[in-house]
Amino acid sequence: MSQRALVEDLLNGDHRALARVITNIENRRSGYRDLVAQLHQHTGTAEVIGVTGSPGSGKSTLVDKLAATYRDRGLTVGVIAIDPSSPFTGGAVLGDRIRMASNIGDMDVFFRSMSARGTLGGLSTATADAVKALDAFGKDRILVETVGAGQNEVDIVRTADTVTVLVPPGSGDDVQMLKAGILEIGDVFVVNKADLPGADRTVQELREMLQYGDGDVPATVGHHAAGDAVSSLDADDDTEADLWEPQVVETVASEGEGIDDLIESFEAHADHLDSTGERERNARARYAAEIRRLLREDVSELVAAELDRRGGLAQFVDDVLDRERDPYTVADSLVEPLADRVDRNGD
Amino acid sequence: MSVEQDQRTIRCLVAKVGLDGHDRGAHVISRALRDAGFEVIYSGLHRAPEEIVQATVQEDVDVLGISILSGAHDTLVPQILEGLEQYGALEDTLVVTGGIIPDEDRPGLKQAGVAEIFGPGASMNEMVAFIRENAPER
Repeated sequence: MSQRALVEDLLNGDHRALARVITNIENRRSGYRDLVAQLHQHTGTAEVIGVTGSPGSGKSTLVDKLAATYRDRGLTVGVIAIDPSSPFTGGAVLGDRIRMASNIGDMDVFFRSMSARGTLGGLSTATADAVKALDAFGKDRILVETVGAGQNEVDIVRTADTVTVLVPPGSGDDVQMLKAGILEIGDVFVVNKADLPGADRTVQELREMLQYGDGDVPATVGHHAAGDAVSSLDADDDTEADLWEPQVVETVASEGEGIDDLIESFEAHADHLDSTGERERNARARYAAEIRRLLREDVSELVAAELDRRGGLAQFVDDVLDRERDPYTVADSLVEPLADRVDRNGD
Repeated sequence: MSVEQDQRTIRCLVAKVGLDGHDRGAHVISRALRDAGFEVIYSGLHRAPEEIVQATVQEDVDVLGISILSGAHDTLVPQILEGLEQYGALEDTLVVTGGIIPDEDRPGLKQAGVAEIFGPGASMNEMVAFIRENAPER
């Protein structure tokens, strides 16, 4: 099927076309760039929510219940669930679909499993592009679910408008929560399995840690005493009103408890994004990052092609091993044709 | 200019359908396919035919493997195949089945669109090789 027909079918609501577009994106099949390029103008209407948390924290179950609740409210839903792949064989078992029990046979929940296929930065590109496909298809809410460990995954979650982090009860002391990437990325924190012992304490610790804020960002309104009411009308108050205070919500996803509260928090955050202009700022930053990432990939592929043209990496490694050349010189010589070209354009 | 590199990975759905609680085989096969470098989506137990169809279409898998040991294959497998047909997905999905399927039922299933049937004792290598050879070109 031609790319154009495929895009047309997708825009007309054909599920199979949507599925095939995502496959082409994942496979980086020749022409996929044109495909995504054509979709771009149809995007921008979906609210994207990133769901992250350690394995077993209940992400998939929560996503299932969120999807079902959105459907009850008449909204359509897309889900992208990402699982790791084997660094040895590239194979993967994608098991998140098992939890999607509340949306049986409902094609208006489009669930897609993806694996990290091993290329550096490739997964975040593929995820962002798959989100575009779902957005262009007309999904109202898109949930992106991923294990929240490591740079790559944090990058993925950053493609979302709202990020929710699941913290299971009893997941260690408060120092665990200080670890990089956990407190910084969440807009809404969910203490899932809130019926388990220790949940209260986890909620309390989480609230405390969030209130410390990160340095110059006051996360609380604590210093606004009642007498400050007048001064708070001053212009400098804008910046503080613009700050989002991360919320903590308790859920028991398996029972569907707390899901409405959670959606309310998502909506509050969405309103905040709109009222402060943060949505546009985020979009700008996201597109800038996307362009940079594509450039990086393209340039590294150009270099790889140059490497092939010169007979592959092995001979250079031999030279380095024999102390005839060093890695820096090798890299310089490989980049030279590119650098030359850039210099010439600069003149 | 754009530099593109095809990174195709074979995707499989391992499906358990109907009132059949025996999933050891499906687990073993999921793992073997994973180790062969495929992406495997496992459906979980007790799925309805329409769920399998939904998953096959949305996940756009190259291969659908239905594991069935309950004896209901003559009812459930054709239901899945018809569902795939409705979405235009039957023509480029390789459908294989495994489990307990008596010899006399095999021609019927194959005629309905099942490409191969792997019974007890089928080797993993054989299965992986069959999938590699027959996964649809898209």
